[in-house]
Amino acid sequence: MSVLSELQKASLSPTPDFHPESHPMDDFLRMDRMPHIWCSTCGIGVSVNCFAKALEKCQIPLDQVVVVSGIGCTGRVAGYVKVDSFHTTHGRAIPFATGMKLANPKLKVVVFSGDGDIIAIGGNHFINAARRNIDMTVICVNNFNYAMTGGQLASTTPEGSVLSTSPFGSYEFPFNLPFLAESVGAVYVARWTSLHVYNQTVSMVEALKKPGFSFVEVIAPCPTIFERQQKMGDGLDRLRWYCENSDIRNGASTKDVDIRLRDRIVVGKFVDVERPTYIDAMNAHYRERLGAKYKDYEG
Amino acid sequence: MKADPKGVLTGSHYIDGDHACCEGALAAGCRFVGGYPITPSTEVVERFARRAPLVEGAIFIQMEDELAASIAIQGAVWAGKKAMTVTSGPGFSLMMEHIGLAAMTESPCVFVDVQRGGPSTGLPTLPGQADMMQARWGSHGDYEIIAISPNSPQECFDLTIDAFNLSEQYRVPVMFMMDECVGHMMERVVIPPADKIEIVPRRFTKLPPGEYLPFKPGEDMIPEMFKAGDGYRLHVTGLTHDFRGYPVMSADVQEQLVRRLVDKIRLNEPKIRRYEENGVEDADVVVVTYGITSRVAVEAIEAARKKGIKVGMLRLVVVWPFPEPRIFELACRGKAFVMAEMNYGQIFYEVERSARGKAPVILAGHGGGTVHEIEAIVTKIEEAHRCLS
Repeated sequence: MSVLSELQKASLSPTPDFHPESHPMDDFLRMDRMPHIWCSTCGIGVSVNCFAKALEKCQIPLDQVVVVSGIGCTGRVAGYVKVDSFHTTHGRAIPFATGMKLANPKLKVVVFSGDGDIIAIGGNHFINAARRNIDMTVICVNNFNYAMTGGQLASTTPEGSVLSTSPFGSYEFPFNLPFLAESVGAVYVARWTSLHVYNQTVSMVEALKKPGFSFVEVIAPCPTIFERQQKMGDGLDRLRWYCENSDIRNGASTKDVDIRLRDRIVVGKFVDVERPTYIDAMNAHYRERLGAKYKDYEG
Repeated sequence: MKADPKGVLTGSHYIDGDHACCEGALAAGCRFVGGYPITPSTEVVERFARRAPLVEGAIFIQMEDELAASIAIQGAVWAGKKAMTVTSGPGFSLMMEHIGLAAMTESPCVFVDVQRGGPSTGLPTLPGQADMMQARWGSHGDYEIIAISPNSPQECFDLTIDAFNLSEQYRVPVMFMMDECVGHMMERVVIPPADKIEIVPRRFTKLPPGEYLPFKPGEDMIPEMFKAGDGYRLHVTGLTHDFRGYPVMSADVQEQLVRRLVDKIRLNEPKIRRYEENGVEDADVVVVTYGITSRVAVEAIEAARKKGIKVGMLRLVVVWPFPEPRIFELACRGKAFVMAEMNYGQIFYEVERSARGKAPVILAGHGGGTVHEIEAIVTKIEEAHRCLS
């Protein structure tokens, strides 16, 4: 019996000292919506946990935090976190979040969604929000496929991956997300896997504190589809694989961090630079051009 | 509530309909516009971009496409602003998914469509009125919206305010259906003092967090709103949702929600209804029309009257919801209808349906690109008149 199936069995049997009304994540999660929809050993829940820890470390009042998601497995994050949360349309979490941030700059706006949502259908919004340096944190859980719909080829799918719409293996060139994010102006870019819970949390803290467009990519197992289709074992096998095949290279050149199917994965913090946010740039510009008759925009 | 004077440019102006629409939005309290340039609507956002820096609390952003513009406004709405986006045919097509989102999440906002000839890229610089059905049901699923059609720059100002007010009153996206002629026509526009402009404020809840359910309707079928950052820590989703805003995948909840989204407009139709009648009571033929076509119809009616035909006009100001009872009433009184519109029968079928076979309905339509020839409408009036004898 594999470790995973033992864990699954354990999670199904009643635990006598389990008190759902006093879960340690009570203040952060909508416990009345549990159980969540994510598969066992999926990486999304790990990232939600890291995010909760990151918010706690940042000491940001939860009343000011807004989580915006699009559609897909990671798109369900907004529904489970007990903050003001918006589950929008497929690919459009970032422009919704843009409107929200500009309308009330005091809000701490976080976009939490998947690779298909943020990068493929929402790619135009991703590059433009980064270019504008809208003050938001984008957490992108990358599981290399469209999992909610049963596992189709995505714009992040490594070449050679077998999925339901690439039945003989993908021959498309995938996005290298950190490279893309840096090239369009993101001021903070990091990548970790679901194994790197500490580093992932630290990066989320840094991203949340960073004024401007910050981007954290999380490489996450999708054991039900991606790992199964590639015959990579279950989620725990994949974590072990991450452990043995991740190279932590902070400051690595993002053009060198592209992902190949069975190759080593470069993780780390790649970009951390300063650039005025959209609202700061707008205020500075109008102050200069319009003089005293302009009042700084504060929402 | 009266308008905030900061956004009201009181005075007499000589401006076009696009500019007047922008001033109407500012007077209505709109402080967020997400736009994407498209002829013939661009002047609305150009003016807003110029005005916003000097109106406290106002911000304009030119988004990367119409999908972005039409959802950025909804982010702004849930952060507490009144917001609108502005477009024309092709952009309106791209916005459809987010009109559905606004309907589903009951986000009050205004979509301005300065109609041009279509389909597809069509006639970017020339008028059309063929987005009327798309405005009603262009997004997937079942819902109702409100659509308004102005016929002058003054109405572009006045009715934009009404569009915002109705959107707040019913928590519904309102379609402001201009056309290229009205958008680019320059006329005198009188903007009254702020204290003469009535504004419907957002219907925020007064209940504290914990007691408030974000999608529990009040007696008028409309739930009260919250905004992000006020400590409610609630969820809003485009999925079918219960009173808490939580997704529920069941036919029961779907029925409860969608039925209400439809009923809150349909059952309030008598309150939302707005049309202008001229000489209808003793008329044999009633010309039904809206927007720029109504101004040509006036001339046609005059010409037909000179020929001895008793003609009246019913101009739709609010097009959706449709004033079905009034059309039926007139049909029952033996009148014939001419539907004059710049398309090949969109509102025409509504009039025909509403008349329920009790009166002849003749279409005076064309494909767009210019207003009607007066004589073309007169011919249809004569044809309708012959149907009665």
